[in-house]
Amino acid sequence: MLSRLQFAAATFFHFLFVPLTLGLSILLAIMETRWAVSGNQEFKRMARFWGKIFVINFALGVVTGITLEFQFGTNWARYSAYVGDIFGSLLAIEATIAFFLESTFIGVWIFTWNRLSPRAHAFVMWLIAAATNISAYWILSANAWMQHPVGYVLRNGRAELDDFLAIITQRFAVVEFMHTVSGAYIVAGFVVMGVSAYHLLKKREVEFFTRSFRMALIFALIFSLFEVVQGHLNGGEVAKAQPSKLAAMESHWKTQKRAPIYLFAMPRPDGGGNLIEILPIPGALSLLAFHDPNAEVKGLNDFKPEDRPPVLLTFGAFKIMVGLGFLFVLLTVWGLFVRNRLTDNPRYLRFMLLAIPLPYIAIEAGWMVAEVGRQPWLVWGLMRTAQGVSPVDAHQVAVSFIAFIVFYGLLGITAFWLMARYAKRGPEPLAAA
Amino acid sequence: METIWFLLWGLLWAIYFVLDGFDLGLGTISPFVTKSEEDKKVVYQAMGPFWDGNEVWLITAGGVTFAAFPKAYAVLFSALYSPLMFILFALIIRGVALEYRGKMEGRGWREAWDLCLFLGSLVPALLFGVAFANIFRGIPIDAEGVYRGTLFTLLNPYGLLGGLLFLCLFCYHGALWLGIKAGGELRSRAQKYARALWPPLLVLAVLFLVATWFSTNLYANYLENPALFIIPLLAVLGLLATRWFLQAGAMWKAWACNAVVVAGATLFGVVGLYPNLLPSSLSPAASLTVTNAASSPLTLKIMLGVALVMVPIVLAYQVWVYYYFRHQVKPEDLAYDEGY
Repeated sequence: MLSRLQFAAATFFHFLFVPLTLGLSILLAIMETRWAVSGNQEFKRMARFWGKIFVINFALGVVTGITLEFQFGTNWARYSAYVGDIFGSLLAIEATIAFFLESTFIGVWIFTWNRLSPRAHAFVMWLIAAATNISAYWILSANAWMQHPVGYVLRNGRAELDDFLAIITQRFAVVEFMHTVSGAYIVAGFVVMGVSAYHLLKKREVEFFTRSFRMALIFALIFSLFEVVQGHLNGGEVAKAQPSKLAAMESHWKTQKRAPIYLFAMPRPDGGGNLIEILPIPGALSLLAFHDPNAEVKGLNDFKPEDRPPVLLTFGAFKIMVGLGFLFVLLTVWGLFVRNRLTDNPRYLRFMLLAIPLPYIAIEAGWMVAEVGRQPWLVWGLMRTAQGVSPVDAHQVAVSFIAFIVFYGLLGITAFWLMARYAKRGPEPLAAA
Repeated sequence: METIWFLLWGLLWAIYFVLDGFDLGLGTISPFVTKSEEDKKVVYQAMGPFWDGNEVWLITAGGVTFAAFPKAYAVLFSALYSPLMFILFALIIRGVALEYRGKMEGRGWREAWDLCLFLGSLVPALLFGVAFANIFRGIPIDAEGVYRGTLFTLLNPYGLLGGLLFLCLFCYHGALWLGIKAGGELRSRAQKYARALWPPLLVLAVLFLVATWFSTNLYANYLENPALFIIPLLAVLGLLATRWFLQAGAMWKAWACNAVVVAGATLFGVVGLYPNLLPSSLSPAASLTVTNAASSPLTLKIMLGVALVMVPIVLAYQVWVYYYFRHQVKPEDLAYDEGY
């Protein structure tokens, strides 16, 4: 249990920083390309200002990633021995193909603002952006394998590799990757918009921040819309591969055809049914999950209690994620209408400033749906979470868990405080850039 | 195939220690070798462009252990739970210190980050040594792969000797690196430190080679195949040559010779271990070997393909980065906010 909490805390924390890296690297690469192509120093100022926030954020993403790579061995030794043949190789390939590239070139990028030509400097940022996103693909295909194992054989008491291509090209992995990185791009878009809104409200550097805002707006708009369509595809994959997760996401108990979605529902905290369910839309769940309003959707009652995921958590996280997803569409479409007179719309700007934490909440909630909803399985259908832990003394884990919480808490506060400080300070004057 | 992976595994650790070794060492000696804020900035800039790329060799070494020898990864990392946690925490604060110090102006903050850099470098340097010495010596794991010792089992004299050797070796390595990157007075101070560190390093190295004879089985492979003695021999020659070049002020050559020492020391242990990955001190039957801990042949084959393509590419661009940043850190670099 402690190992589980510790791992959850470490992943949660890692995932606070990674999404911004994924999205902001692309935005920075675009800014730098525009600098290189147009020669306009304003774009260099933009890249430098947002780049500072990027670097502060990137550092924590890297150091917390290392912890995760080692925690499989320290806390999940039995799991590691069981799946290392497949899971370990995906992580090792990620390190050699992507992690090296981003980590080596971030060092180059930071120290070469004047030493490299704008073109070369922009190219370095494209390398970093590509590497972080490739890295995400390998990590998520490893996760997708835990959700939906394919391409393996059970031999010598463990899961051994049978078909490598099947693992890295399976639909579940592709869909999960698109869903996660789109969420990450929304995070980056909203951070840039929110910080820009802060300065626009104060009427500082209006041109600079209007430009930043509009760039991020287009980015966030595209991916918010895409995410809605894509999230639906993702749900379809879950319906096929993980029926008990789907049932928990909707708190759907009775197996039935024409399964409804309730506009208001509340699962009983102790499980075993719903406390409230009102305003059903008949057939909606069947339609969304299987593209057929008459399809049968298996309910939680047909899973043994020990095979059900924690319903309340999965359900709540799912609803939060979906609700926020639609809110992002609303906010970005609204932005589309006011994009040419942002400073005349203080109310919208205030909304966008306050909206900064929302995509973070959405993406963490999405991660909870994926991982909590996978319970009680560690590897779907193959290994239960309780079977995967290390034979390590519980005191040791307890001590390290407390150390993790305190330590990560301090680090997180420092990092976000520092990012906020640089964000508030605004860009450097042109002479220094 | 397993043997190839075993050698690759050893090689990855060797590259990691050669590259990050100087970062860890320089971080450890930095509070002593620096006299002013200016000096400190040079130290940070001397590592700035490199440390992150260097650290990935550790990730890769860990990842390859996971991929090629999953059982060894599982047993080793859970057995060494506490030391590994210390190493991880230390590496985290080191990385954050390197990136954040320059972004905070307050003196108190800067001193706090300097302390983080010091501890974040000292602890891994020492503990990697302790951990590897214990691997060479064997640790109490039973046939189920469960660790039957405590934290203090690892702090035996041989383990501690290994820790001191690594620490001293890395500090020397870091001092040489600073001698390359710094100019003026800081450069001569770095050289002075290197000269002072060399005699204890020699003593520790000799002690370690002798203690290895009594505490481990590493020499068995060498006695069986005397040609292998070339590895420790190269390390010893490197250790003598580095002092020679240091005296001559040829810092790059001195550093390169010491890189041979670091790599030689790591490979000396790894080759001696073969075919064990993790010898059990309880019974030889419980030891993890390249055969009983390895992944399936298919995984090893695919991974080998990836490694043969990617590792040379990575080395190529990292060599380019080192070449590109080979210059001394000049005062004008510090005045200008190049590295943010």
